[in-house]
Amino acid sequence: MSMIRESDRSRIPKLAADPQDRGGPGTPLLSVGGLIKHFGRTTGLLSQGRSVVRAVDGIDFEVAKGETLGIVGESGCGKSTTARLIMQIIVPDAGDILFDGEEVGSHALSLGEFRQQAQMVFQDSYSSLNPRLTVEDTIAFGPRVHGLSRRTAIARAHDLLHRVGLEPSRFAGCYPHEISGGQRQRVNIARSLALEPRLLILDEAVSALDKSVEAQVLNLLLDLKEEFGLTFIFISHDLNVVRFMSDRVMVMYLGKVAEVGPAESILALPRHPYTQALLASMPSMDPDNRTQEAPVSGDPPNPINPPSGCRFHPRCKVVATLCAHSEPAPHDVGAGHLAACHLANPESGHPRLAAA
Amino acid sequence: MSAPMVDVQRLTVDFAVGAKTIRAAAGVDIEVEKGETLALLGESGSGKSVTLRALMRLHPKSARIGGAIRIDGRDVLKMTAAELSRYRGGIVSMVFQDPGLAFDPVYRVGDQIAEAVVRHTGVSFRAARARALELFERVRIPSPERRLDNYPHEMSGGMRQRAMIALALACRPKVLLADEPTTALDATVQIQVLLLLRELQRELGLAVIFVTHDIGVAVEVADRIAVMYGGRIVELGPCAKIIRAPAHPYTQGLLMSRAGDGTAKGGRLVAIPGSPPDLANLPPGCAFAPRCSQVIEACRKATPTAAAIEAGHIACCLRAHNQRRYS
Repeated sequence: MSMIRESDRSRIPKLAADPQDRGGPGTPLLSVGGLIKHFGRTTGLLSQGRSVVRAVDGIDFEVAKGETLGIVGESGCGKSTTARLIMQIIVPDAGDILFDGEEVGSHALSLGEFRQQAQMVFQDSYSSLNPRLTVEDTIAFGPRVHGLSRRTAIARAHDLLHRVGLEPSRFAGCYPHEISGGQRQRVNIARSLALEPRLLILDEAVSALDKSVEAQVLNLLLDLKEEFGLTFIFISHDLNVVRFMSDRVMVMYLGKVAEVGPAESILALPRHPYTQALLASMPSMDPDNRTQEAPVSGDPPNPINPPSGCRFHPRCKVVATLCAHSEPAPHDVGAGHLAACHLANPESGHPRLAAA
Repeated sequence: MSAPMVDVQRLTVDFAVGAKTIRAAAGVDIEVEKGETLALLGESGSGKSVTLRALMRLHPKSARIGGAIRIDGRDVLKMTAAELSRYRGGIVSMVFQDPGLAFDPVYRVGDQIAEAVVRHTGVSFRAARARALELFERVRIPSPERRLDNYPHEMSGGMRQRAMIALALACRPKVLLADEPTTALDATVQIQVLLLLRELQRELGLAVIFVTHDIGVAVEVADRIAVMYGGRIVELGPCAKIIRAPAHPYTQGLLMSRAGDGTAKGGRLVAIPGSPPDLANLPPGCAFAPRCSQVIEACRKATPTAAAIEAGHIACCLRAHNQRRYS
């Protein structure tokens, strides 16, 4: 099932003919189907039983060429696990990951080839850099592994440093501890671009930065996206930032997709009660109109024993008996906007639908 | 008028790092009345947490604290060790960012709260456990009797922070210091804890100082906002004034650089250039001058003093001085 309609594709910037583009502009750059990852966990020294963390529990989505897919959700929703599964940093239990129409890890697209084309930037700018390598060596490391000479690799590193706004003459020889958090994150971004990837996964890449620096890095990412014709998966818990960056947004809750669709429609007219609660939980910026009531109570439940039926039902304000035993399937509410809620599906039999 | 509940004058905190001295707070003045919430807003290294910790004297002995701190009429800097231990928790208490680190992992949460109550009030342990139960109900922890017997790791992040607030309020303090109490929490949990703090503050008439880096969080809880930069308060005023009519270029920049409803799709954010200042290497004059879009030559010479924009709204900026003169 394609989640991207033809009408959506026209909004996505046309890319210049790219020799790497094998599937053509109509093929999604990334297509994920039935992705599952459960982490086994022994419950104690003496008990024989095993409980399972259902980190990612059957998700499907696509990322079109040149678009930015924002993924939002709270801790334990599986957004970071999803990123790591795509990169094959952890191996999925089940599911298909197609990159430009070819299966990752198959004969047509080996893992090595895939990882040249897909790169990731992590939240912690310091721990993702090798403290013993200078900035230029860090950026040149990947290209050298892939066969470039040291001289060419360093030249590329300097070029990238320049593009991420760090003057090579000043920063090339620095070690990670000598530069600020914002500068380190720019180095991580430069490194991720060193192999000329097509897909960049940004996992909370600006979350640890100071607010005044965050805006600079977001602007930089948008500039680089245009310049290099990149496709982004942008993971964040900050809805304001996701709204600014994304063409489409996917909301996750406890290992499942709650809602996915065009950013404007998800953020302006959310159909899933969880997305509505998430949006209403953002602090108000109006001192005369502060939040008076918490949109939901309690913490997100533990993904070890997720609730039956709809996983959001114990915290949901419009819950019905149906929600506790029947899991809602994603339902298309128009223009490629899918919501996994019984209320979004007129045929679900949710009592509130009859009342309306 | 009586003295404010919290009265901090010209507070300086110096740390010796090798041969260098780092001035993490450089002349901070804070007054907070009973029943009022002040938010200290700033980035990392702005001195907001350092200021807060100085009020509880939590800094190591090597840190040099200057200026004056008077809380509830007491001179905090002159307190002896015995006075300090009565003061901490009894008059002033603190809620930290990470409740996982603030609790002792090997004791039951209820016992840790009861222990604090016993030490401060001298009641029996049984009476103290009853007080702990009352507090758990107050912070709305579900099934409170059972939760008192939990170890910290058995609670979720939001519940641990509620328990931390219960502990902070256990000995009926007059001042609550909150150091990024919701930063580690999920969005749907953060708003619950903010509403709880606001409600408790109102009911108990607490003076609250709330440290945060998130301007939205400050707007939700604060009556007044103090914006800190490079160890100083650069702007102070009522919440609505700071949001709608910021006078300091740094505050203006922070508000402009936020991605919000009004940000055009495909556009760029108006970012403040450069990075936050290095406290060991502050520029002469205004610490914000190297990043400021409205800098003039005089900014690099002398540190600007506070200028009143109007009653209760001050900004430490030469432009604010000039505006006042010409308006």
